[in-house]
Amino acid sequence: MEFFISTLLFGISVGGQYALIAIGYTMVYGILRLINFAHGDVFMVAGLMGIYLTSGLTPYLPPAAVIPASLVLVLVLTVALGFCIERVAYKPLRSAPRMSVMISAIGVSYLLQNTATYVTGGQPMTYPTLPFLGETVTIAGTPIKWVVILTPFLVVALVIVLTQLINHTKIGMAMRAVAKDFETSQLMGIKINQVISATFIIGSALAAVGSMLYFTNYPSITPTAGAMPGLKAFVAAVFGGIGSIPGAVIGAFLIGICENLVKSTQFTVFSDAITFALLIVILVFKPTGLFGEKATDKV
Amino acid sequence: MSHIKKKQGPGWGAVAGVAAFLALVILLENLSALLPSVPRVLMPTSQLFTVLKKGAVYSLVVVSMNLLNGFTGLFSLGQAGFMLLGAYTYAILTVPVDQKDTVYYLFGGSAVKFSLQDTFALLFGSAGVGGAVSMVLGVLVGLILAGLVAAGFAYLIGLPVLRLKSDYLAIATLGFAEILRAVFQWQPLGPITNGANMLKNFPTFSDFNIENASGQVVLRLSAFIPMLIAAVCIGIIVLLINSSYGRAFKAIREDEVAAEAMGINLARHKMLSFCISSFFAGVGGGLFAMYTANAQAKVFTSTMTYELLLIVVIGGIGSVSGSVMATFLYVACSEWWLRFLDSELAFAAPAAPGRLAFIAVFAAAVIAAAFLAIRAIRRREGHTLRQEAPVWAVAILLLGWLVYFVISGSLQLPLLRNGFRMVVFSIIIMIVVLFFRQGIMGDRELPEAMRAFRRRMSARRGDKKEGTK
Repeated sequence: MEFFISTLLFGISVGGQYALIAIGYTMVYGILRLINFAHGDVFMVAGLMGIYLTSGLTPYLPPAAVIPASLVLVLVLTVALGFCIERVAYKPLRSAPRMSVMISAIGVSYLLQNTATYVTGGQPMTYPTLPFLGETVTIAGTPIKWVVILTPFLVVALVIVLTQLINHTKIGMAMRAVAKDFETSQLMGIKINQVISATFIIGSALAAVGSMLYFTNYPSITPTAGAMPGLKAFVAAVFGGIGSIPGAVIGAFLIGICENLVKSTQFTVFSDAITFALLIVILVFKPTGLFGEKATDKV
Repeated sequence: MSHIKKKQGPGWGAVAGVAAFLALVILLENLSALLPSVPRVLMPTSQLFTVLKKGAVYSLVVVSMNLLNGFTGLFSLGQAGFMLLGAYTYAILTVPVDQKDTVYYLFGGSAVKFSLQDTFALLFGSAGVGGAVSMVLGVLVGLILAGLVAAGFAYLIGLPVLRLKSDYLAIATLGFAEILRAVFQWQPLGPITNGANMLKNFPTFSDFNIENASGQVVLRLSAFIPMLIAAVCIGIIVLLINSSYGRAFKAIREDEVAAEAMGINLARHKMLSFCISSFFAGVGGGLFAMYTANAQAKVFTSTMTYELLLIVVIGGIGSVSGSVMATFLYVACSEWWLRFLDSELAFAAPAAPGRLAFIAVFAAAVIAAAFLAIRAIRRREGHTLRQEAPVWAVAILLLGWLVYFVISGSLQLPLLRNGFRMVVFSIIIMIVVLFFRQGIMGDRELPEAMRAFRRRMSARRGDKKEGTK
C-alpha cells in the first residue's frame, strides 16, 4: 500500500512535469500546426544551463543567493533561446510547406543535441540540489522529496494563470483567433509574428520550470535527456487533443501515472512503450484525442 | 499536369552507369592488392570504404522512406522500427549453429536451433565452393525474410494506423517503432532476441571477401556486395515508381480526394506503399546489421528515423537519385570529410604554411558565404536593410575574430575538440534546410536534371551569340 501510494505520487509529479512541457507543444501546434521537435531539447538545454550557471555564479554571489539567481537566469535565457529558435528557424519558413518547418525543427533538435554533446563532452552532468524542493520528507512511512508533492500544485496553479491569460487578455484573444484561422486573423489586423513569439516565450518558460522540477527528480542530464520526456509530452498533448491546454495537462498526468505503475512491476522495460501504446489506442478509437475538436475534410 | 512525359526507353543508360560504378568499386577495393603502393585513402582500412558500405545501406533505407513520404505522401516515422525488425530477423536466422552458445550464453543457447547457412550447407556441403554457396544463399534468404517480416508487421499495424492523417500517422508509426524497441529488449524473449545484449557472429560484408586456401584475401568484395544489393533493390523501387502503381501513389500524394474520384483504391494503394517501403527498410535493416556486425535494439532510436528523414529532405522529396546522392554526401560528411574537426590542431609556427592557408581559406569562405547570402536577400522583393543586418553582424564577427587570430599569433585552433564535427555538421544541415528548401534535386531525377541543365546551357550560349551579332 505504501509502495502503491509512493508510486502514484511519483507518477502524478512526473506527469505534472510532462504537462509543463506538453503545454509548449500543444500551444505551438495549435497555432502553427507544427510538431516542435526541438522543444524537448530546449528543456534539456534549460537543465544544462542550470548546472553551468550555478557553478559559474558560485564565486560571485553569497551561497544562499546562487540557486535563486541562477534559476531566474535559466528562465530568462531559456525564453531567449525559444524566441531565437522561432525567429531563425521557423519564421523564414512561414510560407513554406508544413513538412519543411518540421524538418527545420528536427534540424534544430539535432543542433541542440550535438552542441550539448560538444559542450559537456558527452558525459552525464549532475543537476544541483535545489533548496527545499530537493529535501526529503517522510509521509506515511515513505521518504518523498518535496518536489514530488509540490509539482502537481505548482502545475495546476500555472495552468490556471495560463488559462486566465488566454481567456482574458488581448494577446490571449489573439492567440485563440490565430489558432482558429491563421489567415483571417491576419486580415483582422492581428500581428501574427508577435503572437507566435509570445507562444514560444510561454512554452519555453514553462519548459524551463519543468526542467527545474524534472531534473530535481532525475538529476543526471545527458545530451539526449530531453528526447524521451519531449516525446512523451508530445504524446500527452496528442492524447488530450492537440491544441487544448486542459487536455494536454490531463493527458500528461495520465501518462505519468501509467508509466510509473508499469515501472513498479516486472515490465520495467515497457515503461516508455506503454506511453505509445496508450497513444495508439486513443488514436485508433478517438483520432482527435480526448478533448480535440473534430476536424472535417474540406475539398 | 501541364506537360505529358515522353515515353522513355527502359533506361539502359542508367543501368550501364550503375554497372560501371559497381565495377569501379571492385577496382578501388582491390587496387591495394594489385599495385605495390597506393595512397592511404585506398587502403582497405580507409574511411572511403566505410562510407561506401554505410552509404549503400543507408541509401536503400532512405529511398524506401522516400517511396512512402515523397512519392505517396504518407508521413511515416517508423523506419527505424522496420529496420530493427529486419536486422533482428536476419541476425536470428543466420547466427551459425556452432556460435549460438557463445552468442546466447546468458540464456543457455538459442530457441532457434537452426541457421540458414547451415541448413543450406546440408545440401551443398560446408567446405570450399559448397560452403560459399550456402553462405551466400543463407544471407540472401535471410535478407529477403528480413524484408518479409518487416512488411508483414507493416501490414498488421497499417490496418489501424493508415486511417490516420499526416502528423497523427507520423506520431503513431513513431510510437510503434518505440514499442518494438522495448519488446526486443525484453528479457523473457532472450532465447530468441538475446534480451538487451547484442546479436553477433553472423555473416557480415567481410565474409564475402574471397580467400585462398591459406586464408589470404584474393578478391575483396566487402564494399561491392552492399552496393550491389542496394542497387538491385533501388532498381526495383524505381521500376515500381514508374509503373501504374507508382502513378497511383503520386496521384494520392497530390490530392487524395481527386485520386479517389479517379478510381484509385486509397486504402489498397496506401497499404501497398507502406508494406513495400517497410520491406525494403527491413532489407536495409538486415544490411545495417551486416555493416555494424551486430544487431542491437537500442541503436534503432527515433533519432535514426529523424536522420533518415533529414537525408530524404536534403536529397529532395520525391527524387530517388537525389536521395542516393544525399545519402553518400551525408555519410561522407559525417564519417569522413569533417573528421578532422574532432581532434585538436596546433600549427608549428605563426608563419607556418598551414596556418596561412587556414587564414586565407577561412577569410575567403566567410566573405563568399556572406556575399551569397546578401545577394539572395537582395533578390527578394521588398527587401530591407534590417533583413541583411544579421548576415553583416555574423560576417563582421567572424572576420573580427580572424583579425584577432592573425595579430595574436596564436598557434592553437580554437573550438576543435571531440564533438565539434557534429556541431558543424548540424549547422550545415540547418543552412541546407533553411536556404535550399528543395534539396539537391527537388522532385526531379538525375537524367531529367541533366537534360534541363544542358538545355539551359545551350540557351545561354544562344543568347550570347545573338548578343554579339
